[in-house]
Amino acid sequence: MKNRWYIHIIIIFLLSSCSSSSSDNDYVPTQNTPTPSPLDIPQVFEDNIIAPIIPTDNPQTVEGVALGKKLFFDPILSVDFTQACASCHLPQNAFTDSNTFSTGVNGDLGIRNSMPLFNLAWNYDENFFWDGRAFRLEHQALQPVTDPTEMANTWSEVVTRLNNHEEYPDLFKAAFGNQNITKELTTKAIAQFERTLISANSKFDQYLLGQATLTTQEQNGLNIFMDEDRGDCFHCHGNPNNPLWTDNAFHNNGLDTTFSDNGLGQITGDPADNGKFKSPSLRNLAYTAPYMHDGRFSTLDEVINHYSEGLQDSPTIDPLMKKVDQGGVQLSNQDKADLKAFLLTLSDPSFINNPNFSNQ
Amino acid sequence: MKKIALILILGMLTFSCTEDNDDKLGSNNINVTPTFTFTQNWDDTAISPSDIENTQYTNANGEVLTITRLRYLLSHFELLDENGNTTPLQGYQLIDLSDAETYNFIPTSAVTPGNYTLKFVYGFNEADNIDGAYTDLNSASWNWPEMLGGGYHFLQFDGQYNVNTTTPMPFNYHNGMAMVSEDNFEQNFVAFEFPTEIPISETTTIEIQFNLAELFKNPNLWDLNTYNTSLMPNYEAQKMMQENIASAFTLGEITQ
Ligand code: HEC
Ligand code: HEC
Repeated sequence: MKNRWYIHIIIIFLLSSCSSSSSDNDYVPTQNTPTPSPLDIPQVFEDNIIAPIIPTDNPQTVEGVALGKKLFFDPILSVDFTQACASCHLPQNAFTDSNTFSTGVNGDLGIRNSMPLFNLAWNYDENFFWDGRAFRLEHQALQPVTDPTEMANTWSEVVTRLNNHEEYPDLFKAAFGNQNITKELTTKAIAQFERTLISANSKFDQYLLGQATLTTQEQNGLNIFMDEDRGDCFHCHGNPNNPLWTDNAFHNNGLDTTFSDNGLGQITGDPADNGKFKSPSLRNLAYTAPYMHDGRFSTLDEVINHYSEGLQDSPTIDPLMKKVDQGGVQLSNQDKADLKAFLLTLSDPSFINNPNFSNQ
Repeated sequence: MKKIALILILGMLTFSCTEDNDDKLGSNNINVTPTFTFTQNWDDTAISPSDIENTQYTNANGEVLTITRLRYLLSHFELLDENGNTTPLQGYQLIDLSDAETYNFIPTSAVTPGNYTLKFVYGFNEADNIDGAYTDLNSASWNWPEMLGGGYHFLQFDGQYNVNTTTPMPFNYHNGMAMVSEDNFEQNFVAFEFPTEIPISETTTIEIQFNLAELFKNPNLWDLNTYNTSLMPNYEAQKMMQENIASAFTLGEITQ
């Protein structure tokens, strides 16, 4: 935290010294210098895991986050002014939506379930989307705007609209100084806002901080999660010492014998990657149904049944799906209920109700 | 233009800072830090990331297997001089076969140039194996469950065996603290010590070789049909792993 402050100060210092030595046109008046706003790192993350990733060329600022938030909720990004990022990433759904596939402006259904957005700065490998095809958040945000099944717009159109808007030019100036509005600056601002979407106040977080106790059932559920003989979920979905509840890595968790969507394999071109998708975080499951990359499961019970007896074998299935020949880890009904109770302790109502994250 | 200037200035600053440090070390001219480099092989055939889920290996018991994932932890590197004085080198390394960036380790402490022998620990020793204590290892989900004694994995080796048949089966060769019975745990690390004298100068690189084939043969012939998955809570399997690992790490090339 402290170090980060210094870095910001140094960068700002450098920026201003660079500007003052260049031509008058480049001069950035002091009152336009954006105010550093380093991420407020929650105690459970500070205690357990390494620092988040903030690109040095896009430090968090008050003005940048405010601009990013406005853009995130603004349908101006879509071709017909009907769809914002927030249309498929709703605060009350931990920034995913409740559809199996999201509908784009043209009424097209995508082929993937929308993804919840939180703790994105702690995705250390910075591979975004179910198949990891976007590296860095700044680059991810370029895609939905032009995706024909999403906002179906062009960036030149977006930039023109933002330039002609009555508020945006000033907001960009406040966030980035006297630079022309570009798609790069637009996605930088969006990424800054997205990085503030931090969820770390679930019942389980409070338990880790000694501020809440687990019921016997929730404690049993945690034991099943951590037990290699039963749930064995922790090898991919975090553990009490890794409260992200994901490894942000790519696995085939045994959904299908053949794939209509190759996932990571589509991106790497390596057939050994076919059927692999990014492990989602298990935080906020109470708000993020349906589940999996194609939204095939509408309840947590279905998900647990999948791991317990529904596994499908395929050449790329992860070896951690160890009892695949028996269909899964064969949990008892009691174990299933306990596991579900534990999973629900990872949901964070204060996240979906945070006024900083809602429109206006 | 402005951006380029900024990058240049930042670059120069970083560069000059580094140089200052070097100068300091140079002027004292006493302390040097060797670099460690980690390589993996199957009985002398090098294993690289491109072998993952690709190359088939036959173990001593005759099962044909492929590697999906290999990670292991080495720690507590120590250099002993000719008088038996020991210098611990701070740091530990989690090596991931899929990530070549983890193949090199430069400790954060240093020694005076000279001849040394090397010690290190496979996994963490009792004093170091503190549950949740290392944020980088937590972030890599390297933890060992508390109910099995806690601390960290020492080895995670996942793959499929019988891949030459129509029914490949998964194995999870995971090693860490051994559980004798509920709430009764046994240390399971391996302390390595190599008699070879290593001349250490400013540019010394020490190779540590890991022969995966050894995990399956010496002294315990490993039958994957018996010991394949859910081995973490299996005391017998954990101790056999520890015994087999004792011959799996060797000192490789020393380059100056
Ligand atoms: C039409 C619905 C829709 C719209 C509009 C939309 N998204 Fe998404 N978003 C999705 C879907 C579906 C995925 C997963 C797609 C995939 O993996 O191929 C996704 C994935 C993401 C991810 C990846 C998260 C992760 O953990 O990897 C981010 C970040 C994201 N969207 C941000 C945005 C932003 C920013 C905007 C606005 C510029 C936006 N989305 C607009 C549906 C939408
Ligand atoms: C081998 C790694 C691995 C293990 C072990 C594992 N999962 Fe998953 N999990 C994944 C992956 C990968 C996905 C996404 C798969 C997809 O959509 O194709 C996933 C998806 C999920 C989802 C859906 C989340 C969402 O937002 O869509 C839940 C819930 C879940 N897993 C719970 C569990 C539980 C409970 C266990 C233990 C019984 C478990 N997982 C074990 C890798 C794993």
